Amino acid sequence: MKIHIQNGRVIDPMNARDEVADVFVAAGKIVAIGHAPADFHANRTIDASGLIVCPGLVDLSVRLREPGYEYKATLESEMLAAAAGGITSLACPPDTDPPLDEPGLVEMLKFRARNLPGPRVYPIGALTEKLDGTMLTEMAELTEAGCCAFTQADAPLTDTLVLLRAMEYAATFDFSLWLRPQDVALARGGVAHDGAVASRLGLPGIPALAETVALATILQLARETGARVHLTRLSTRDGIAMVRAAKAQGLAITCDVAINHVHLSENDLVGFDSHFHLIPPLRGLRDRDAIREALRDGSIDALCSDHTPVDEDEKQVPFGESAPGASGVELLLPLTLKWAREMDVSLMQAIDLISWKPAQILGVPGGNLAVGSYADICIFDERVEWIVTPKTLSSQGNNTPFLNQPMQGRVRYTLIDGHLDFEASH
Amino acid sequence: MNPQLTPDGKLRHLLTLDGLPRAILTQILDTAESFMDVGEREVKKVPLLRGKSIFNLFFEPSTRTRTTFEIAAKRLSADVVNLNIATSSQSKGEAILDTVDNLSAMHADMFIVRHGQSGAAHFIARHVAPHISVVNAGDGRHAHPTQGLLDMFTIRRYKGAFHNLTVAIVGDVLHSRVARSQIHALTTLGVPEVRVIGPKTLLPTGVEQMGVKVFHDMESGLRGCDVIIMLRLQNERMKGALLPSAQEYFKFFGLTPEKLALAKPDAIVMHPGPMNRGVEIDSEVADGPQSVILPQVTYGIAVRMAVMALLAGGTA
Amino acid sequence: MHDSLPDANSLPDAHSLIARLADAIAPTLAPDTLVVGIHTGGVWVAERLHAMLKCAVPLGTLDISFYRDDFSRIGLHPQVKPSTLPFDLEGRAILLVDDVLYSGRTVRAAMNELFDYGRPASIRLAVLVDRSDHELPIRPDFVGLTLAVPKHQNINLSRLDDGHLTLSLA
Repeated sequence: MKIHIQNGRVIDPMNARDEVADVFVAAGKIVAIGHAPADFHANRTIDASGLIVCPGLVDLSVRLREPGYEYKATLESEMLAAAAGGITSLACPPDTDPPLDEPGLVEMLKFRARNLPGPRVYPIGALTEKLDGTMLTEMAELTEAGCCAFTQADAPLTDTLVLLRAMEYAATFDFSLWLRPQDVALARGGVAHDGAVASRLGLPGIPALAETVALATILQLARETGARVHLTRLSTRDGIAMVRAAKAQGLAITCDVAINHVHLSENDLVGFDSHFHLIPPLRGLRDRDAIREALRDGSIDALCSDHTPVDEDEKQVPFGESAPGASGVELLLPLTLKWAREMDVSLMQAIDLISWKPAQILGVPGGNLAVGSYADICIFDERVEWIVTPKTLSSQGNNTPFLNQPMQGRVRYTLIDGHLDFEASH
Repeated sequence: MNPQLTPDGKLRHLLTLDGLPRAILTQILDTAESFMDVGEREVKKVPLLRGKSIFNLFFEPSTRTRTTFEIAAKRLSADVVNLNIATSSQSKGEAILDTVDNLSAMHADMFIVRHGQSGAAHFIARHVAPHISVVNAGDGRHAHPTQGLLDMFTIRRYKGAFHNLTVAIVGDVLHSRVARSQIHALTTLGVPEVRVIGPKTLLPTGVEQMGVKVFHDMESGLRGCDVIIMLRLQNERMKGALLPSAQEYFKFFGLTPEKLALAKPDAIVMHPGPMNRGVEIDSEVADGPQSVILPQVTYGIAVRMAVMALLAGGTA
Repeated sequence: MHDSLPDANSLPDAHSLIARLADAIAPTLAPDTLVVGIHTGGVWVAERLHAMLKCAVPLGTLDISFYRDDFSRIGLHPQVKPSTLPFDLEGRAILLVDDVLYSGRTVRAAMNELFDYGRPASIRLAVLVDRSDHELPIRPDFVGLTLAVPKHQNINLSRLDDGHLTLSLA
């Protein structure tokens, strides 16, 4: 199918392009930008005047809930929701049921996803069998089956020796390890950030130390083993400072944060609304501000949605009993734009954090609009205002802390592999 | 927008003392004063809540608190139904909201809720119909507002006013919903110096931000106090590596006659109960002339009557 | 005495009304009668009556906030005053005193409350002003002034700083 995207403002961080130009798509690839190729007759012309045309977004953490948690959400619903969010490639964590610790499960997931409309799905494999933190998985076999990296997701890995061996093994093959720094013992029993708000509310706390102590271990092991490590969902000011210092000393390490932590803090817990029960917890204002600044100065490499659809029954219980997590694959873009507006950051830099940078971390094609690359394109209206409600969200999970909040910026079209997988109806 | 108040500032739920205006706290104390006599009369009832149904929803077992709420409700001529819902992580049983909806359908007017999770009363209050009020009888570590109020009532009875007092709360503040409610009440009512005394492991992070002065040394903390509130120390604290032993705790943070002598000579000693004699408090002090621990209990009925009367009125 | 057409200038002096009441009550007053005033205006009247009648038994006061029949509609009064009554009313003669008798609901509430204290031998009612627009079958035994006041108006007893009582129309 030949598509002519007309008159949009093309922003492509990888190629430092920010200009009004036409984009031409054929046979699933971008064939030209600017002038039409010879004999190009479009089957479909998209009028992108007043809209932004950027690389399809790459989201480093989207839980699709299959296999095993279909009552929370399904592959179909979540892939469509991701497409509605402008996402053309996503990484999904292995904490499914059963966890993605076997090549067969990974292949099945990829197969299912390939045959459904929606983004390219890149599974992150389990680092240990059953995610139980004791025996390594067959990382090489899993990589052949399609895994891009390995992680424990939020499952604990308490045996430092196992972590060391995992890193050494991964370093042998140059596999990438995605690790969330959390000391299990220090975090035990906690549901909120250990600070003045949790103290006032009587909620058991998870101290910032739980992140920094674990981070110190990970950084030291990474230096020793030379393993490729990506840190997921940082949340503390001190943790970010440690990563900044490690990078300055030459350690090749990357990190991401979840978009909710860019805007929210412990102060939002005041009504005990379980939609604010997240992992990692929403921390203090100083932590939030450190995150916002670190995204600007490059200490944090990428933003992700950390999309975690949760059945409403699991949220309609007292805070401490609720399942943590927020749905948000459709909010990644507007919330990133909001951060950029508030911090006076360019659209180019903002889009980079959710397209080119995460594509590099994931090690997959995409995240850019180079001629000859896959036609994974997001076209959005940066000005349109809308309200987040169960009706305006496509995901089966309505558990977002931004429910009933106004948003600015929304996807109009999403092309994946040259197909128009999403077109806004409004 | 305080979830406890109606748009015109009247009390709709009692969930926490945090954020309640001083005028409302005072109104509750004054109303409780009027109810004190009812217990002395032959007919210990007033017809205020006749025809109203009050449901005790206790997800956490408790005999004494539940009993005082029951007596208070009956003295207001209300109908009382007790539900003790066993909680076990294995058998989830009926979801809380389903229980609440079923009881609401049985014409409940008020729920008295005790639950092991902080925020449980807020959660239930968000879901009840507009004519139903929720009273928090204790949620996790967060709040126990009626206990805080009866402690304030006790202080006012013995000391007359709040504006010139130094009050110390001693013990496991970290796990105490009573302490949190007391701190909010004391600061709202204008007590100029509220102190918390305990080892670092038993004081919550950032507790100073609640408006208190922190002491780790009990002797300096008690100097010049008018009111000393002792908190119960539970056995579990030893298991969680928060303390080595009850004996060491008593040595440094237990209230003995010698330590009491450091406070003002007319200082009163309070304890929300039940007491662990020899752990946080010496029997000689608990039974001594400065202890007001027994009278504290009797005020609980009048205070709870006041809370229920204020919530139930003007809702037709 | 029955007067009609209330007029702010022609309201009698409250103190002379109370004296008139005392004169009417004195002949039939039993020596151990308990005089009970209903807060707030009724207490002011009862205080003066008690002095004029030279009662040996101390004055009782009654706050009917907990017995009102409009609690569901309007809630608890912000300032509940304490009731001061001897706890044993068994077999006592009571003289219940209020400032203005209107619908009769206040008196009904007061009687309900008295009976929760004990079982009196008798209750007689003395009011300063009877508006005679009764909604319940309650009639005063002693009255200072009977006056038909239109529904949109109120007749009030107020106490000045020096303790002087005055009746006014509003």
